Amino acid sequence: MTKKERILRCVLSAVDELNEGLPRAKQLGKTPEVVLFGEQGSLDSLGLATLVVLSEQRVEEEFGHAVTVADERAMSQHRSPFRTIETMADYITLLVEEERN
Amino acid sequence: MVGCSREPSTYQATGYEHVCLDVSDEVKVKQMFGQIRKKHQRLEVLINNAGIASMNHTLLTPLATVRKILETNVVGSFLFCREAAKSMMTGEGGRIVNFSTVATPLKLEGEAVYAASKAAINTLTQILAREFASQNITVNAVGPTPIQTDLIGAVPKEKIEDLLKRQAIPRLGEFSDVANVIDFFIRPESRFVTGQIVYLGGVS
Repeated sequence: MTKKERILRCVLSAVDELNEGLPRAKQLGKTPEVVLFGEQGSLDSLGLATLVVLSEQRVEEEFGHAVTVADERAMSQHRSPFRTIETMADYITLLVEEERN
Repeated sequence: MVGCSREPSTYQATGYEHVCLDVSDEVKVKQMFGQIRKKHQRLEVLINNAGIASMNHTLLTPLATVRKILETNVVGSFLFCREAAKSMMTGEGGRIVNFSTVATPLKLEGEAVYAASKAAINTLTQILAREFASQNITVNAVGPTPIQTDLIGAVPKEKIEDLLKRQAIPRLGEFSDVANVIDFFIRPESRFVTGQIVYLGGVS
């Protein structure tokens, strides 16, 4: 399994936990293209914050070191890395790669 | 129970662990909370009491001192609140108790930077109380009077006496006075109490 696949699995596991606390109609789908936030997004700011935190914790458990997903770079990007499940997984992969180097 | 400070601690108790770190070091603080989650699965209470003071007239206060106080008191407290909330929100909620001071409402001369840093803590406490409420996390602060600790060791005796005269109950605080307020904030029945700053000694 590639690093990106492992991270995607972490994010999807975070989605599972987030969905447990959401009514069925508000639950997130579990495919990479699901829009998280912004136009057509299904999460409010608190939901997104919760998903970010849960994803950070899953990645920490998977790779053994902490990452800060909501860092300054993420917040200042023109295209938010939190737009879809896949863009979030891509951004976390970048952070994990940088941490390793 | 896990405690932390820059220097090793002499405190010992069954089940107590101590971590040495700088409370404003984001990487180290995140690592510590990660280890707590790994070992204990959940976090119930944060007593956010790390703090430093420097009593001096503003005209004689070096900028390095200002930065050091803000780093420890404001940045450190913020970082601990944020990381603790991350651990608490995935459990059943939790309690955060920050540390303010009577120096802020009393507007004490010679403590401009320390009092200002604690004014920031008061605002942080009140806003985080709202931001974290839906996660069942309460955020409150206790504002002690001077207590015989290292923090006031270098303050002249007459200065402390002047300060005590401005309290409704003019005596030094004791650890048990502070512990009592913390116990109140963290007891299960206090789940509806959040965003409050409780000053000791009758200061308001």
